[in-house]
Amino acid sequence: MTNPLDVDRSERVQEVRDRAAIVRRETVRLVGIAGSGHYSSVFSCAELMGALYSGVMRIAEDPEWPERDRLILSKGHVAIGLYPLLAERGYFPEDWLDSYTRLGSPLGDHPDMRLIPGVDFSSGSLGHGLSVGVGMAQAARMRGYDETRVWVLLGDQELNEGQVWEAAGSASHFGLGNVVAIVDANQMGLDGMVEETMPVEPIGGRFEAFGWEVTEIDGHDPEAILDAAAALPPATGDKPQCIVARTVKGKGVSYMELSRTWHIGYLTPEDSAAATKEIDQRG
Amino acid sequence: MAEVERTGADAGIEVAPTPGKGSWDLAGMAQLSQSFVAGKVLAAMADEDPDIVVITADMKFSNMTVDFERVHPERFVNVGISEQHMVSMAAGMASVGMKPYIGAFAPFVGLLAGEQIRTDLAYPGLPVRILAHHAGIAIGFYGTSHHATEDLGLMRSIANMTVVCPCDATATEAALRQTADLPGPVYFRLGRGRDEDVYSGRPEDWRFGEAAVLREGGDLTIVGNGITVAPALVAAERLAAEGVESTVIDAHTVRPFDGPGATIAEHAGRSGRLLVAEEHNVVGGVASACAEALVEHGLAGVKLARIGMPADEYSLIGPPTHLYGHYGMDADGIEAKARELLAN
Repeated sequence: MTNPLDVDRSERVQEVRDRAAIVRRETVRLVGIAGSGHYSSVFSCAELMGALYSGVMRIAEDPEWPERDRLILSKGHVAIGLYPLLAERGYFPEDWLDSYTRLGSPLGDHPDMRLIPGVDFSSGSLGHGLSVGVGMAQAARMRGYDETRVWVLLGDQELNEGQVWEAAGSASHFGLGNVVAIVDANQMGLDGMVEETMPVEPIGGRFEAFGWEVTEIDGHDPEAILDAAAALPPATGDKPQCIVARTVKGKGVSYMELSRTWHIGYLTPEDSAAATKEIDQRG
Repeated sequence: MAEVERTGADAGIEVAPTPGKGSWDLAGMAQLSQSFVAGKVLAAMADEDPDIVVITADMKFSNMTVDFERVHPERFVNVGISEQHMVSMAAGMASVGMKPYIGAFAPFVGLLAGEQIRTDLAYPGLPVRILAHHAGIAIGFYGTSHHATEDLGLMRSIANMTVVCPCDATATEAALRQTADLPGPVYFRLGRGRDEDVYSGRPEDWRFGEAAVLREGGDLTIVGNGITVAPALVAAERLAAEGVESTVIDAHTVRPFDGPGATIAEHAGRSGRLLVAEEHNVVGGVASACAEALVEHGLAGVKLARIGMPADEYSLIGPPTHLYGHYGMDADGIEAKARELLAN
């Protein structure tokens, strides 16, 4: 006999895969509308974002529910991958996606909390997000939202920013077990490999030195992501949590993977068609 | 009580809230100087408003937010020396419904964390209040790293920002209370706190958003804010002894500037001469705002003279009062510049 929990679990794993495919497919489509976009940075965190919106985050129909979990895209340039998930949840009409980056659209390359239901903070300037998350986590405690978690998605090259470490030190000092930093360690920045431009390893070691509890996972494995989320101690704990997700920039479209030339910009109709075809096959 | 309070604080002796009461007995204290009032006023405001939080960056004895901590320790946060983090963190708190007041030396919050203020507070329009104290050249001999003579220029050009520069303790309390419900961020530009009283006998004259006319006369208009207001009144008094009548205006609300009544433009237009004195570079601050207002009102013919840090200079080293004298920001300097302007 099959354990019903295993069925639930395999369904959830499939949900994550499906949402990751939506994120990649829609990103390719929206880059086509904008004529430019940060597609390969989205591809590295497609499973992570898919998982967050497949039962990992505690959110409700009302995107303004005060006790909801918060998500800060500290690497704000992956907003293009978030928008389809917010539309899927019904936070805004699907046809908003078609206006992506066009004059007066609520949807820009970086997310705006005042214009987009479901966006918890306006981001884009790298290095700020963990500080914002620390503030949200403190406020959640002051207001008695004991189950609320604050999820902060950071890039690995972003960890060069000094403010990240101001925030990291304060999160452990303030005992904020309701903060979860997810590092999308996709190995690349704008100019090339993180290791060459300005290294950040050991990422886990650095966070541990700042008093965090660290888990390392394969960031493209839905089961590993769901397991790591399920293994988090209660939000009332006193140690901030870091998930170092080992990923590949451009993941899911073979010609983009770990390629510096495929980071941002325009995709020709042929590029897009090839990318979409591969996403559909793998998805 | 009043004497003990002032002496005690100056001597670094711990003073405590009134026994048996939740907060500080503000009414029972004599006029405090500016630097000793903010923490106490915020503590009193927080008695009524459970959302108020106070944050500082290893400076609770410089801005005396320790007075808030003594009353509301559960709503006081010290982030250590990390002003940029403090600003972004306060933004996160505000997004969840708190009302953070954050305090640090003006150069390290208004300049160092300028991008965080613009991007995390002003762009989303979050109600975080910045206590930027020891602004201008108030820390004198600490040198240029500790001066902020450009912050008004920066803050004045940020959309959604409110900028207030109260000149004494009464004005500081009024500013804190009258802006409490504004939806967006506020930058309070404060001095080092050894200010002379301007408003203690006339607190009703300080109204957020309206330039305060403290004296009226038709020959000359003198505009100041912060530490130049009290000496401007002294200079006007001296000129009046010779029959020269000046209007003295406290331009305490720098953004939005000059309010719906266009008080400054109206007086300057009438007198034809405008002297602006400020503890800021002559570029980008109150003088610039006045010049913009004059031109917009078709008053480009008004003669304008500026007292402030010269456009291409950083301050000399020296005790603050000596520097104010050197740069003409004291009563003698304002009087001399006024005579020059009147002679032209």
